[in-house]
Amino acid sequence: MDGAAYVTPDGRSIGDVVMEMRNITLRFGGVTAIRDISFDIREGEIRAIIGPNGAGKSSMLNVINGFYHPQEGEVWFRGAKRGPMKPHAIARQGIARTFQNIALFSGMSTLDNIMTGRFTKMKSGLLAQAIWKGRAEREEVENREIVEKVIDFLEIQAIRKTPVGRLPYGLQKRVELGRALAAEPKLLLLDEPMAGMNVEEKEDMSRFILDVNDEFGTTIALIEHDMGVVMDISDRVVVMDYGAKIGDGTPDEVRNSQAVIDAYLGVAHD
Amino acid sequence: MFYREAGDFKTSYVADNQTFPIAFDRYRYYVVLAVAIGVVPFMLNEYFASAVLIPFLIWSIIAIGLNILTGYCGQVSLGTGGFMAVGAYASYKLMTAFPDLNIFFVILASGGVTAGVGLLFGLPSLRIKGFYLAVATLAAQFFLVWLFNRVGWFYNYSASGQINAPERSVFGFNVTGALAAPEAKYLFCLAFVILLGIVARNLTRGKLGRSWMAIRDMDIAAEIIGVDPLKAKLSAFAISSFFVGVGGALFFAVYLGAVEVGEAFGINKSFLALFMIIIGGLGSIFGSFAGAAFIVLMPVLLKNVMVGGLGWPTDIAAHFEFVILGGLIIFFLIVEPHGLAALWRLAKEKLRLWPFPH
Ligand SMILES: Nc1ncnc2c1ncn2[C@@H]1O[C@H](COP(=O)(O)OP(=O)(O)OP(=O)(O)O)[C@@H](O)[C@H]1O
Ligand SMILES: [Mg+2]
Repeated sequence: MDGAAYVTPDGRSIGDVVMEMRNITLRFGGVTAIRDISFDIREGEIRAIIGPNGAGKSSMLNVINGFYHPQEGEVWFRGAKRGPMKPHAIARQGIARTFQNIALFSGMSTLDNIMTGRFTKMKSGLLAQAIWKGRAEREEVENREIVEKVIDFLEIQAIRKTPVGRLPYGLQKRVELGRALAAEPKLLLLDEPMAGMNVEEKEDMSRFILDVNDEFGTTIALIEHDMGVVMDISDRVVVMDYGAKIGDGTPDEVRNSQAVIDAYLGVAHD
Repeated sequence: MFYREAGDFKTSYVADNQTFPIAFDRYRYYVVLAVAIGVVPFMLNEYFASAVLIPFLIWSIIAIGLNILTGYCGQVSLGTGGFMAVGAYASYKLMTAFPDLNIFFVILASGGVTAGVGLLFGLPSLRIKGFYLAVATLAAQFFLVWLFNRVGWFYNYSASGQINAPERSVFGFNVTGALAAPEAKYLFCLAFVILLGIVARNLTRGKLGRSWMAIRDMDIAAEIIGVDPLKAKLSAFAISSFFVGVGGALFFAVYLGAVEVGEAFGINKSFLALFMIIIGGLGSIFGSFAGAAFIVLMPVLLKNVMVGGLGWPTDIAAHFEFVILGGLIIFFLIVEPHGLAALWRLAKEKLRLWPFPH
């Protein structure tokens, strides 16, 4: 891997490669969802993945966090090739995500949802938990403090104890982001975090994403359909179409690429 | 306005995490405990103890156990009766094999044995869900009852095929056998209820409980935050079975004294436990108590009213009991899936605002 730091056109210096997808091919029976795609994600950047519906974007995130296992290709994370791993083990390596369709724990409050995001950080054993003394109680409080910071950051103090099922859509998306942030991930995957939001909510969400990246240095890979948002907040963009990669570069490069324009304008495929 | 939280500010996360965050609730809990330990034993009569109190306590433990598995972790089980039988037979084998072992530890160890068996029968849950899992646990129910009926070793080859609880005592008071006083039986069961109630509350409000609920609510999301579904489900099966096993051991050793497995731990016990948590409230410790109280009390009350009060024949009264139970199950399933616990919470929310509802 090349160790050289990467400087974006707007002068932001982003770090080494943290995640590298090498020649990934993923098939479902006869359908090829991802066709021989390679790209990397660098430390501290916001990496967008765009493409028309059914292009294979969500499938790519599912490969990264271990829901899908590609038939061909290699996944490299922090300089090591990753063998077949279960999603919960990958979560422990510091990869968190949100889903295209909200996947909150509907029976729990906002607070409990975000506390659950701390799961990998909690180590107390069964006995300590059963008597709720010593480590278990201490751990609960320590983690609660971090969760409260996340709650403050996302400005959702008022809905702390509300069951998430009762929240409006926009807030649910925010709570889901909170749950992922609570894990203090090194790499955060966001699958259409702004889908179905109004302009104001999109602005809020964009600000949170930029702040997360800025304040905690979290590397972010996000899928988004709103081109304006993508061009505004991302450092580099991967473009997918029908499972293949048709573009990769800065927002400007991608915007001016003929292949990308064709894909978006719906030029007939052969 | 006597029931309120105004002026009751939480200044630490420990305080905010309390089981009863509202001071009034906390005092009521202490009062209930004090009455249960200090007052009830002195006014116990034989009938009330054996028809109501002791079964209520034992069923509470069983309902909490099933609620951990079904209410908290979302894994439906129809094998409760079978797991109660495991607890009962484990306690019988332990009592007869180690006559000097204190009955308290015998009961706990029986819970441990049941936890192991529960873990084993929980394995299919890694592959199957919902209806199919329910059927698999039903198979466990029938298999276990068949096993205890068939294999003589479990009942020490007694001619009747029954098991009988030998006399055992705690601090010199008999708690099993014909000589045990109702007060001693009651307090012995109460000790387990308090102990296991606190344990259940602690487990469900912490890391493990959240991992169960995460699996229940959205298993893929649980996985991406690091919950191993295997560990979450199997721990729920094991811990749930521990509770059910302790309940089954008490049911046999303290409550019934003699047991024929098909009769005492048949499929109807599995359904009874399920009804308790549905009526009481899925995913609620309080609901487990409420459901157990309801199911234990209802037949006693109905019998007193219909047979004692109205002079109906007993068989009609018994049928009527089923009608009411069935109606209630349907009511709670459709109208209030969180059961009595939710109704109770609703009443409290209203009270908190009373007398100014806006
Ligand atoms: N589990 C699956 N089984 C079968 N086919 C699948 C599965 N997951 C995805 N696919 C197929 O793979 C292709 C890519 O789907 P994917 O969800 O990754 O697209 P996407 O780019 O995220 O689209 P969208 O913008 O609509 O979310 C689609 O043709 C889809 O039908
Ligand atoms: Mg998608």
